[in-house]
Amino acid sequence: MTPVKIPEPQVKQPKESLFKRLTRQQLFIPVAALILLVLFNLIADPSFFAVSIKENSLGNPVLSGNIISVLDNASELVILAIGMTLVTASSGGQDISVGATMAIAGSVILRMVCGGQVTADTMQMNLLLAVLIGVVVTALFGAFNGILVAYFKIQPMVATLIMYTAGRSIAAWINNNQLPIINDIGFKYAGTFLPGIPVPTPIFITIFVVLVFWLVLKFTNLGLYTQSVGINANSSRLNGLNPQVVKLLTYVILGVCVAVAGFIRVSRSGSINYSRIAENIEMDAILAVALGGNALSGGKFNIYGSILGAYVIQFLTTTLYKYDVPSTALPAYKAVVVILLVVLSAPVVREKLARMRKAPAKAAKEVS
Amino acid sequence: MQDGAVLEMRGICKYFPGVRALQDVDFTLRRGEIHALMGENGAGKSTLIKVLTGVYPKDGGEVRIEGVEGPAVIRSPQDAQNAGISTVYQEITLCPNLTVAENMYIGRTKGTVTNWKTMNSGADKILKSLGIPAGPRQQLGSCSIAVQQMVAIARAVDMECKVLILDEPTSSLDEQEVQKLFGLMRDLRAKGVGIIFVTHFLEQVYEVCDRITVLRDGQLVGEYVIEDLPRVKLVSKMLGKELDDMADIKGESGGEAVSQEGDPVLEARELCSSAGIKPFDFTIRKGEVNGFTGLLGSGRSECVRAIFGADHVTGGTVRMDGREVKIKKPIDAMKCGIGYLPEDRKGDGIVGDLSVRENIILALQVMKGFFRPFSRAQAEAFADEYIKLLEIKTASADTPIKSLSGGNQQKCILARWLLTDPKYLILDEPTRGIDIGTKIEIQKLVLKLAAEGKSVTFISSEIDEMLRTCSRLIVMRDRKAVGELGGEDLTQTKIMETIAGGDEQ
Repeated sequence: MTPVKIPEPQVKQPKESLFKRLTRQQLFIPVAALILLVLFNLIADPSFFAVSIKENSLGNPVLSGNIISVLDNASELVILAIGMTLVTASSGGQDISVGATMAIAGSVILRMVCGGQVTADTMQMNLLLAVLIGVVVTALFGAFNGILVAYFKIQPMVATLIMYTAGRSIAAWINNNQLPIINDIGFKYAGTFLPGIPVPTPIFITIFVVLVFWLVLKFTNLGLYTQSVGINANSSRLNGLNPQVVKLLTYVILGVCVAVAGFIRVSRSGSINYSRIAENIEMDAILAVALGGNALSGGKFNIYGSILGAYVIQFLTTTLYKYDVPSTALPAYKAVVVILLVVLSAPVVREKLARMRKAPAKAAKEVS
Repeated sequence: MQDGAVLEMRGICKYFPGVRALQDVDFTLRRGEIHALMGENGAGKSTLIKVLTGVYPKDGGEVRIEGVEGPAVIRSPQDAQNAGISTVYQEITLCPNLTVAENMYIGRTKGTVTNWKTMNSGADKILKSLGIPAGPRQQLGSCSIAVQQMVAIARAVDMECKVLILDEPTSSLDEQEVQKLFGLMRDLRAKGVGIIFVTHFLEQVYEVCDRITVLRDGQLVGEYVIEDLPRVKLVSKMLGKELDDMADIKGESGGEAVSQEGDPVLEARELCSSAGIKPFDFTIRKGEVNGFTGLLGSGRSECVRAIFGADHVTGGTVRMDGREVKIKKPIDAMKCGIGYLPEDRKGDGIVGDLSVRENIILALQVMKGFFRPFSRAQAEAFADEYIKLLEIKTASADTPIKSLSGGNQQKCILARWLLTDPKYLILDEPTRGIDIGTKIEIQKLVLKLAAEGKSVTFISSEIDEMLRTCSRLIVMRDRKAVGELGGEDLTQTKIMETIAGGDEQ
């Protein structure tokens, strides 16, 4: 029997409008949100985008302006969003303990550089080593979360609720409830400016982290494995993967991201407030993942969507601050915008919108 | 509407990106008839059903239902249900974590309060009247697949439907259960229900149906009264060409692919697993095709899962090419050169949201290692090669595999394992729920692989399919290997006898 040769059917495809093709792109919502925010600011007050050179407290000339502040302040969020994307993809759930573990990372690093004292004028330990210890500690906490999720099959949000509750106490306990302060300017380089360089250092760290993940995703199978496990763990296992290990790995990676973000955060001020540091950042990180068009139920992901989502959130926050929205009212304003964005990006709504555009076009044709 | 028709579909069109799924399809269902909807994979059967039940919006045409003025508006499965159209899908679409009774009544209780007592007793009555071996309070997930399927039918039947759609309802039922289902279908026909029956089993169509509508490539081929359409004609209409005698394929592809002499590739002794099978011995030689047969639940899948390390192996030894190997998990088996196409294509086979390309390279990629991904070009080359070789119908290699038809998904999984170039390939129900054309292609492929010196274990619930491909059959009964048939013993009757266990006394 020869294989059946059926002439390729001429698929009659209605030509899609540019609008429709654009809206189907995963990155449509974050990009559109960014453009809207930019437009709003351009129209309301173009000076929003002004970048000037000012002297900082040390008397060095540095760049200053809202845009710089967006890029600078988004750093922690961007780094967290990357790790959160991987966790979401592999386990179909989110880690809500990242804010608390950031406090742990900051606390560990401060304790190391202060050498156990409450105030230190010079670093008592090599900074790189201190950060490395912080990385190991939060990676271990990540592993703790990962083991609960992967091996004990606890829902991610419930599993990470443990560290969410306990993390800030652990952070305080690490420093015997003291609030260590480091006055060594060298410690603050990472959170502020390097001498002679007018661009905030967190921006460079973020670029470095993004670059690292770009390379990792390109030169390893991290992307394929996490997506495969997140979509169908049974099938992945029968293809030789170990779904538990893959899930655990993503939580450990998020732990490393948390340490980097925590380091930036304490490095900005040289001190720590256990209950306030990185407060609610987990929600922003999860939101960044969702804004980037990634399904929170796991599976396929686009890490650049999450990165873009993080910048959109920070852009929004900065814009609201600029228009003197009191910080207590900020979350409410943010919520309104977020609801709009998330509802617009929901597949149901996008389909409806596409249909609504199709209907008038059809009606017009019939009339003619 | 025609006289006696309960449902009329006229000029139905449906497009998907890059695919013309239905074009101008007409379909008429009369009161009190069982109407088979036939066609190859991707012919548009499932799409037509989904348009009818409101799962997909249609792009053209109209649907008329008896007792409804003008074209019926069906925008959701709920609308279809209200219009008297009930569906039982091929894949079970109930909730495994709810009880049987809850599954039967979900979405149809009126008011906000559920009367559990009446619900459970009502469910019990229906289950008993249909002879379904399940209690209303039992969790659905704890029932066998066959019972779950029957619960789905019970749910549909209880909805007082005018039109009952059965989409591949028999693919996971054994012969007895099929007969029970047919009895049920005949009862419903006598009550005036119109039944649309979608299946790949020709025998079943000729056993129970009154009329046949054939689709091919999204277009209507024709509607026939069953007496006017002999099997051969039906098959040729579905394929759009004359069919060679199907029984000939074994001879055609290089004679008996039997090799009794070759060295054993895999030898298992006293193998058993956590899935509860009795320890069994198993040997397969180079270039041999053998199979496991037995009734549903007899343990045939569990045997091959134990060989592949898919279930936890609790005892026994395995030798590959004479050397003892430890297979604890699938990756161990893969490294020994074993490939395994699982029975449950949706749950264990495909990775739905990933592209056809990623699905094809997955197994080989995992074997190659975490730090050594294939380049994009290499992956594309692999995918294109196998899409061509197995004639996988897909818009592109980037299409998510879940949007392909069942047979084409199965071909992708086959491609995945062929790509790893295994010494020994296990195919568990590779032909379930797929069309005749693809079935024959897969059977031929199996024989071709054997001729190339690979060993294949082939499992199928269709005995004639196994007779056509296998040279040796291991018969399973009650999770135990009870016999091995080869050579002259390889006949339908002999297999049946062994399965039934008649010759033991």
